[in-house]
Parts: sequence; C-alpha cells; structure tokens
Amino acid sequence: MARMREHTAAPVLEASHKPSKYTIPGASRWLLDVFRYRHLLSLLLKKGTTTRYYGSVLGWAWSYVKPAAQFFMYYFIFGKVLQIDKGVDLFPIYLFSGIVLLNFFNEATKAATNSITGNAALVKKIYLPRELFPVSAIGSAFIHFVPQIVLLFVVCLVFGWQFTWAGLISMLFAVVIVFVFTLGLGLFFGAINVAYRDAKNIIDVALMFSIWMSPVMYTHEMIRGVLPAWLYNVYLVNPMTVGVELFHGAFWGPLVSNPSAPDYLLTNTIAAMGITLGTLLIGQIVFRRLEGNFAQDL
Amino acid sequence: MRKTFEPAPDPVIVFDNVQKTFNLRHARSLKQTVMAMVRRTDRFEAFNALDGVSFAVHPGESVAVLGRNGSGKSTTLKLLSGVLRPTAGNIYTMGRIAGLLEVGAGFHPDLTGRENVYLNAAILGMSEAETEARFDDILEFSEIGHFIDTEVKRYSSGMYARLGFSVAVHAEHDILLVDEVLSVGDAEFREKCNRKMSELQSMGKTMFIVSHSAEQVRKLCQRGIVLSHGNVIFDGPIDEAITAMQQKQR
Repeated sequence: MARMREHTAAPVLEASHKPSKYTIPGASRWLLDVFRYRHLLSLLLKKGTTTRYYGSVLGWAWSYVKPAAQFFMYYFIFGKVLQIDKGVDLFPIYLFSGIVLLNFFNEATKAATNSITGNAALVKKIYLPRELFPVSAIGSAFIHFVPQIVLLFVVCLVFGWQFTWAGLISMLFAVVIVFVFTLGLGLFFGAINVAYRDAKNIIDVALMFSIWMSPVMYTHEMIRGVLPAWLYNVYLVNPMTVGVELFHGAFWGPLVSNPSAPDYLLTNTIAAMGITLGTLLIGQIVFRRLEGNFAQDL
Repeated sequence: MRKTFEPAPDPVIVFDNVQKTFNLRHARSLKQTVMAMVRRTDRFEAFNALDGVSFAVHPGESVAVLGRNGSGKSTTLKLLSGVLRPTAGNIYTMGRIAGLLEVGAGFHPDLTGRENVYLNAAILGMSEAETEARFDDILEFSEIGHFIDTEVKRYSSGMYARLGFSVAVHAEHDILLVDEVLSVGDAEFREKCNRKMSELQSMGKTMFIVSHSAEQVRKLCQRGIVLSHGNVIFDGPIDEAITAMQQKQR
C-alpha cells in the first residue's frame, strides 16, 4: 500500500485549472468539429455512395427510376384523375420541381434521425464528434439529390428555360434553407432516438404529412381559401413551403406566363431562415445535452 | 523505470478523483416512463462504476488495468477515450490517443479491405497523407496480401481481426489504448502483435492496457492498477499487482 501512495501522489494536477497542453477526452466544439474531420467526413460520404446500391444490377439508375415512378403516379392521379392541373400551366414541371426538393427533405431527415443508432458500433467504441453522423447522413442524401436536380434542369431547358440570377439565387437559398432545417431536425431527433426509439416513428408519421404541408401537389392559392388566415401564414413561413416556392420560382416560374408566387415571398424567406436557424440551434443544444449518454444508452 | 535524478516529466494521463455513475433505466419506453411517473416509482437506479479513481501515467509507461468483470476496467478505458464522460472529477490527456478498442469496429462489410483501411485510419484520426505513407506497412503486417481489394465480408474472422489490428497499431499516436484484443489471430500472429507492441514501447509510446489475463500483461507492462468495485485497490509493479488481483479473487 505504501507503494500505491507513492504512485498516486505523483504530480496529480490541481483540479481547478487545466494546463493548456492537456485536453479533456470527449470535449467537442459543437458542429465546428465536423470541419476538423473533413477527411473522415469525405470518406463517410464515399462509403454512403458506394454502399448505397451495392449488389444491385441497375445501381445508380434506381436514383432515377424511383423519382420517375413516383412522379408519374402523382401526375396521373392528381393531374389527370383529380384534375388539379386545371389552371396550372405546365403542371408536370410544377409537380416535379416540388417533389425533388421534398424527396431530399424526407430522405435526409429520416437518415439523420437514424444516424446515431445506425452507427452504434462506432459511437460506443471510439470518440468522434458525433455530429459527424447526422451531417454525413444528410450529405449522402444530398449527393443523391444532385442528379435529380440535373434531371429537372434538363427538362426545364427543353421547355425553354433561361438563366436568370434571380432563379439561381432562389435555388441556392432553397437548398440552403432545407439543408439547414434538416440538419436541425436530424440533430434533435437523432439524439432523442438514442434513448427513446419513439423519435423514429414520430419522424415517420411526420414525413407522411410533409407532402401535404407544402404546395407540392396543389398551389398555395387552393389552400388559402380553406385555412384560417393565421394558419395560412404559418403555412407560408414553414421552411419547406418557402423552399418549394423558391424552387417553383427558379424552375417552373420562368416557363409559364403568370407564375403565382405567394405574396411577400421575400419576407417569408427571411422568416423561414430565422425558423431554420432556430431549429438548428435547438437541435444542436439538445444534441449536446444528450450526447454524453449516447454510449451508455445504445 | 524512471531514473531518480531526472526531472519528473508531466504525466500524459491524469485521472483526478474520477467518478462515473450509471443510471440504470427501468423505464424502457415513453409509456413506461409515464407509468413510472404516475405510480411514483423510481425510474432510475444509480450505480457507481467508478468511485473516486485517481492515478497518473507518465510518458513511456505501459500500464495494465486489472480486475474482475464489472470492476470498472472498461469504463476506465471508455472515459479515457472520451466515449463516456465522468460524472465527477477530471480527466486530462496529452498527445494523440489511438484505441485498439475492439478491432474493426469501423469496418463496413461491403467495402473492400483497402477502403476500410482508409476509413478506419481516418476514424482513428489519421490524415490522408499519413494513411498513404503507412499503407504498405499496414498491408504487410496484416498478411492480407492481394485480398486487400476484396470486400471484407468475404474475409475470415482472422483476416478481419488482423487487418483491424494492423490499422490501429500503425495509427499515429502517443498513447495506445488496448482492450483485450491480444487474442486476435493464430498463435503466430499473436506473437507478432506482442513484438509490435514491444517495439512501440521501446519507441517511447505510452500504453494503457485493459485485461483480465495476467499472463498477457506480465510481459508487456511494468505497472499494474487493480480495480475492484470501482476503486483502486493496488497500484504498483506488475508482478505485485497480479498477486494482489489473484489474492482478491480468492
């Protein structure tokens, strides 16, 4: 026992101040740490893309087959059978530009929610900034989303689409808003999903509604008459509505004679950016609070 | 052993009165949580995995943490790697830490051996250039040969473990954390692992090994810390530590 004293009494540091050359294991700098691990992030994204269609013959063709099938289904039922396309010029392009963005939102949110539980082996064994997992899940979904935008772009070119700065900026803003909004939701639900797997099911249910909570299938004018004014305003500042309307403005708007964008789209965009940043902040704070328990709850 | 006339170098690992309490959750779902709140029963039960553990490890030391199952060995290692955070007390480390925590934890079965080497090395904190510089060494050590471009799901369990060990042991680090992985591969490969560890030791790397096998650590470590029920019951030369552990078991 005398020997034990000798060892532990060796220069154990004062608890109150941490000398600068020491680090505390597991201390992270929020989302900023993800940028320090750029190399790992790029490898995780590569892993996501190479394993996505592993072992399938058609491979990446599925990335086009799925949205195409979905598009024709909605086009036939809503456009032809229910005849919503009355009064909407070029309804297929209207529909497609919204659906592409919504698909990205759905896939990314779902993937980010499952990202921590899906990487349980790593989370339990090795310390990495855990934000890496939701970020790379959303990044993988984004890589999947780019070819769909290219497809949309090509279709629009065929119909006589012309470049405008306003169109490009609208598209970029839409992508950024949806990306950040998804990241906020993904951090929030991904962290909660570790302790309560209910989160995954909540997201599944919420995503079922998502296609109706933004003007993808119908126009914002159709819902204006139905909702009370305050609810309509809430509907309009919903980041997904703003994103979809910006996409309409970028792709579908230039092709038709009177694109009916909602009033105050700029104001709504700013409001949606505020909501988005708020979501990100709340998501990150909740993530930080729960992060310490990930390894023991998985 | 450090010479007495040298100035004492600062420790690279400091555990300062570390306590880790786990809340054993009785409520496993939202429903059970609500039920427990209604019935006013305890939703949690506290359990001290570590109870005021203090020690310091100096550069170049090889330390074994010994103890029976449930004594807090793995918790110590997880706290050190940052996977868990202490409930109370402080942990400080200096330099890069690489963990041999369960080799191949970062492997993806559908990726090739080569892709997995890069991925796992990045998980251990290595840059692309560092991985490239060591790739040939990693490959040679693992004895995987031309199977490196095959998906790892087709590997035998021995190949899988060898590749994982090889990446971890070649990672750039100052402190190596080892968790019961010396049992990978066949006897020949184990011997090779032990030689590699001794080599790292002679290069002045610090090693922190968790094991309940006395014989494995006797060769590698000079110092042993014996844990029992979350307390340090012995800290000193490895032979005495092993004796202390065996006495405790009787």
